[in-house]
Amino acid sequence: MNTTTLDTAPTTEKRPAPQLMLCEGNEAAALGVALARPDMVAVYPITPQTSLVEKLAKLIADGRMDADIVDAEGEHSVLSVLQGGALAGARTYTATCGPGLAFMFEPYFRTSGMRLPLVMTIVTRDGITPQSVWGGHQDAMTVREAGWIQMYCETVQEVLDTTVMAFRLAEHHDVMLPVNVCLDGNYLSYGTSRIEMPDQAEVDDFMGHKDVNWHVALDPLRPMAVDPLTGGSGGNGPETFVRYRRGQCAGMKNALHVITEMHEDWARRFGEAHRFAPLVEEYRLDDAEYAIMTLGSMTGAAKDAVDEARAAGEKVGLIKIKTFSPFPVEALQHALRGVRALGVVDRSVNFRWNCGPMFQETLGVLYRLGRQVPAQSFIGGLAGADLTVTTFHRVIDETRALLERAPSDEPVWLNAKD
Amino acid sequence: MYEVRIHGRGGQGAVLAAQLLATALVFDGKYAVSIPAFGFERRGAPVVSFIRASEQPIRQLTNIYAPDCIVCVDPALARTVNIFAGLKPGGTLVQATSRPLAEIDVPDSVGTVGLCDAVRIATEIFGRPITNTLMLGAFARSTGQVSLEALKKVIEQSDFRDAGLRQNLDALERGYAETTVHTLERRITA
Repeated sequence: MNTTTLDTAPTTEKRPAPQLMLCEGNEAAALGVALARPDMVAVYPITPQTSLVEKLAKLIADGRMDADIVDAEGEHSVLSVLQGGALAGARTYTATCGPGLAFMFEPYFRTSGMRLPLVMTIVTRDGITPQSVWGGHQDAMTVREAGWIQMYCETVQEVLDTTVMAFRLAEHHDVMLPVNVCLDGNYLSYGTSRIEMPDQAEVDDFMGHKDVNWHVALDPLRPMAVDPLTGGSGGNGPETFVRYRRGQCAGMKNALHVITEMHEDWARRFGEAHRFAPLVEEYRLDDAEYAIMTLGSMTGAAKDAVDEARAAGEKVGLIKIKTFSPFPVEALQHALRGVRALGVVDRSVNFRWNCGPMFQETLGVLYRLGRQVPAQSFIGGLAGADLTVTTFHRVIDETRALLERAPSDEPVWLNAKD
Repeated sequence: MYEVRIHGRGGQGAVLAAQLLATALVFDGKYAVSIPAFGFERRGAPVVSFIRASEQPIRQLTNIYAPDCIVCVDPALARTVNIFAGLKPGGTLVQATSRPLAEIDVPDSVGTVGLCDAVRIATEIFGRPITNTLMLGAFARSTGQVSLEALKKVIEQSDFRDAGLRQNLDALERGYAETTVHTLERRITA
C-alpha cells in the first residue's frame, strides 16, 4: 500500500517527534534498504517476498533511492550479479525466499567464502513438498551452514532497523560476511504495524564512510586472483582452503560482539522504540523456574501468553533468539542460568534429529551448562499456520510439566490434528 | 484491545480496507496492526483480513478468532461463510445490504448492527460494486472506534488520484451518513 505519514506524533519524548507510519514488513525492509543507500540491487520476485522488491523498484523509479536495479532472469543470476557489484566496490542488496533461495544456493555459498558484505532479506517460507507458498523458517534454516549471518525479526520496526544495521555489520572489518535479515513470510511480510521512521541524516551518520571492497577488488591497478582454485591434496591447496574456512569462522565469532555494540549504538541514537536485544532477549526470566524459547514473529503472542501465565502465578519466562547464526552460545547460556525446564518452539523441522533446528542447537548450549535441564521440542507454525496466545498457553503448560516428568523424545507437533 | 474482522470477496478491497483502517487508527493516536488471512486469493473468492487497535503497543501478530466487530463488505457472503464465528457476545456487525434489519439473519451474539446499502451507493459513485471505502465509513459510524477525519486523511494521502480520490472520499462520507445503527436490547451479552 501507499506510504502515509503523520504530521505530528503523539509523543512526550524530548527528541523531535518521530515520523510515524503504518507499513508492512516487506515495505519496512525496503525502506530500511533505502536508508542504507546501497549502490545496486538485483531482484527476482517470489511470494511472499514480491511486494518487497516491488517497493524497492518503486523507490528507485520515484527517485527516492539512488541505486542501480538489475531485473535478473533468476535468483542464481541475482546473486551472481551482486557478487560482481560487490567486487567492484558497490553496496549491494537483494531479497528472496523458499525455492528462490534454493535456486541461489551455489552463489549463496560462494558469497560468504569470498567475504562479500552483501545483505539479503529472506522473507521466510516453508519448504516444499507438499506445495506451499506460506510462511515458515525452513528455507533460512536449511542454509544455516553456508556461512551467512542470520538475524530473525519479531516486529515490523525490528525489520526496518535490523535491515539498516545489517549493512554496517556486513562491512565491518572484523566481520566481512554476508548477512540475512529474516522476516516471517505472511505475518510479518504482509502484516502492517505502526513504526517510527528513523531520520535519513542520522542514519547516514550511523552508517559512516562506505567501505565495501577494501579487501578484494576488481581493480586493474591491483591485479589479484579472486576465488582461486585450490590445489587439492597437492601443494599448499589444503592450507589455502583451511585459511578461508578459519577466517569465515573467525568473522562469525567476531560478529557476536559487533552485533551487540551496533544494536546499543542504534538504540542510543534513535531512542527506546528502536531498542532490540541483539543476540538473545530475556523476557521475565529473573525469577523464572521454567522458560519457553521463540524465534521471529511468533514471539509477540508468546509474550502475551507469558504475561497471562505470570498473572495466574506461574513462574515462567521467555527467551527469544534474534541472532541465529552465529549461534549466541554465551548469551543463551546466561539466559538459561536459572531455568529448570525448557520448551523450544521452532517454525521448521530438523529431519535428522526429529525435532526443531533451534531446539537441536540449544541442546549444545544445555550441555555446556553442566547440569541437566529437561527440554522439549515443539514444532508449529509450519506453512503459514498461526501460533496464537492459546497455542503458547499449551506450550507453557507442557513445559511446566517437565518440572515433574521427563520430556518426550518426540517433538510436540502444534497445529496438528492428532 | 479492539479486534475487527473484515469479510469480503477477492477484488472488493477487504485487505486494502484493513490497511486503510489501521493507518487511520494510527492517525487517531492509537497503535494498530492489520493482518491479511492467507490463501489463494482470487477475484470472487471469500477473503478475510484482521485489524487490532489499542492504546498500548500490540505484540500479537496473529489472526483474530474472537473479534469485537465484524465488517462484511459483501451482501451475499453470509450465505456461504459463517461470518459470525467467534464474535464476542454483544459484538458489532457492520453489513453491506439493501435489506432492513428485520430481514437479516443475525445470531444472538450480535449486540449492535450497522447496515449500509453499499452496493447501490458504490454503483452510483463508481459504476461498480466496490464497497470497501464505503464500509469504512459505515464502520466509523457504527462503532465510533475511528474518526471520520482520520479516514478522510488516509484516503487523501493514499494512491487514489483525481476522480478516484473524489469518488473514494464521497464513498467514505456517504458510507458514514447513510448507515443505520441498531442496538439489539434483548440480546444475550453474557
